[in-house]
Amino acid sequence: MCLGVPGRIEAIRDEQGTPMASVDFGGIRKDVCLAYLPEAEVGDYTLVHVGFAITRIDEASALETLELIRSIGNLAEELGEEPADLAGDPVVGGGGT
Amino acid sequence: MKYLDEFNDPELAAQQFEEIARIVTRPWALMEVCGGQTHSIVRNGIDQLLPEQVRLIHGPGCPVCVTPLETIDKALAIAARDDTIFCSFGDMLRVPGSHHDLFQIRSAGGDVRVVYSPLDAVRIAAEHPDKEVVFFGIGFETTAPANAMTVVEAKRRGLTNFSMLVSHVLVPPAIAAIASSPDTQVNAYLAAGHVNTVMGTAEYEPLVERFKVPIVVTGFEPLDVLEGIRRALLQLEQGRAEVENAYPRAVKAGGNPAAQAVLAEVFEVCDRPWRGIGVIPASGWRLSERYRDFDAEDRFEVTDLHVEESPLCRSGEVLQGLIKPNECEQFGITCTPRKPLGATMVSSEGACAAYYQYRRLALQEEVRA
Repeated sequence: MCLGVPGRIEAIRDEQGTPMASVDFGGIRKDVCLAYLPEAEVGDYTLVHVGFAITRIDEASALETLELIRSIGNLAEELGEEPADLAGDPVVGGGGT
Repeated sequence: MKYLDEFNDPELAAQQFEEIARIVTRPWALMEVCGGQTHSIVRNGIDQLLPEQVRLIHGPGCPVCVTPLETIDKALAIAARDDTIFCSFGDMLRVPGSHHDLFQIRSAGGDVRVVYSPLDAVRIAAEHPDKEVVFFGIGFETTAPANAMTVVEAKRRGLTNFSMLVSHVLVPPAIAAIASSPDTQVNAYLAAGHVNTVMGTAEYEPLVERFKVPIVVTGFEPLDVLEGIRRALLQLEQGRAEVENAYPRAVKAGGNPAAQAVLAEVFEVCDRPWRGIGVIPASGWRLSERYRDFDAEDRFEVTDLHVEESPLCRSGEVLQGLIKPNECEQFGITCTPRKPLGATMVSSEGACAAYYQYRRLALQEEVRA
């Protein structure tokens, strides 16, 4: 139930005093309440949960995280380490396979 | 789709697995608190691709699953009334009460409606002034702002026929309850990222201090989950216990102040029983004095309940991470999503539902082998 879906704000309007947005989720548009994101602007990406925008998705942080994840692989390569050999192959553990 | 595809990149995921294998030297158990993360982990086979020394324990972060049976029975009694339209998130409809579920109330003629947003329930109340409209307000801190706004809206519009049956639960007291249990095996926690989107990260500092366990705020896509796992393991291997944010694109340290302001006005902290676990002190929210008029429990006197939990269901142990779903004798045999014994088999965040949906064929193979 805590699912949050990222979408792009396409339009903002006032509905009886409540700020509402039309948000595009990869082709599907839905009405979303902006009461908790009053500073949102058209073009912003937001995380939507049960019809409410709960946060703005920060592009710079998203890129930073991806960059960090990429750099971990590069770092291991640069150090000349063979990650899988150090601690054994990533084993298919437990479970069903 | 933007912000989804990038965090599903299989090549980067493979790198993450390699890095995790490189840093792990000892056995560790991590708990992903949120049921949404459990589903991401099981769907993507993340637990099966981790080094054998790393064990994931599925946590209680499924609001549908932990809503007390007594509250479900009250919901069923209210939903069965002739003068009532009962609105709920879809997840709740198949959750077994003591004797039946909301689907059965609906097929017997009850007006039970699934809403996508809680605001839909307010709209329904405005359209049906001759009916009592009751919304089943459940959820963790992620959902609470939406539910709170529903009550604020109803009050603003002067709707006297709207009320909410409230069963809100909070993550930090649940972590504290698990961490203080003498049986706990959890070395570190992956905190439920969307809860932190609303509440920020400050509440977790005292837990880290008190229990000396790493808590890493974690997102939901495969790379997010792996990054949470990697950081938690790195802390454990280095002997650190800190609050870390591995989901910064959605979580700010201060959370969402606009949401927190409304939460503080609409709700107050209360003790709350969790289904299958028991009462956890100060682990829930109920409507504050100002909004008590909208409390469905006060509005509808529901007595004569005969609360009766299935003696076969072991969802309490599943929710506490004491057993895996497939270790329950009833799993997939007497208990299926169509005929569930407990809520963990039907909720989209329930661990039993995840294992049934993504693992049951493999598990059957294993039994045969």
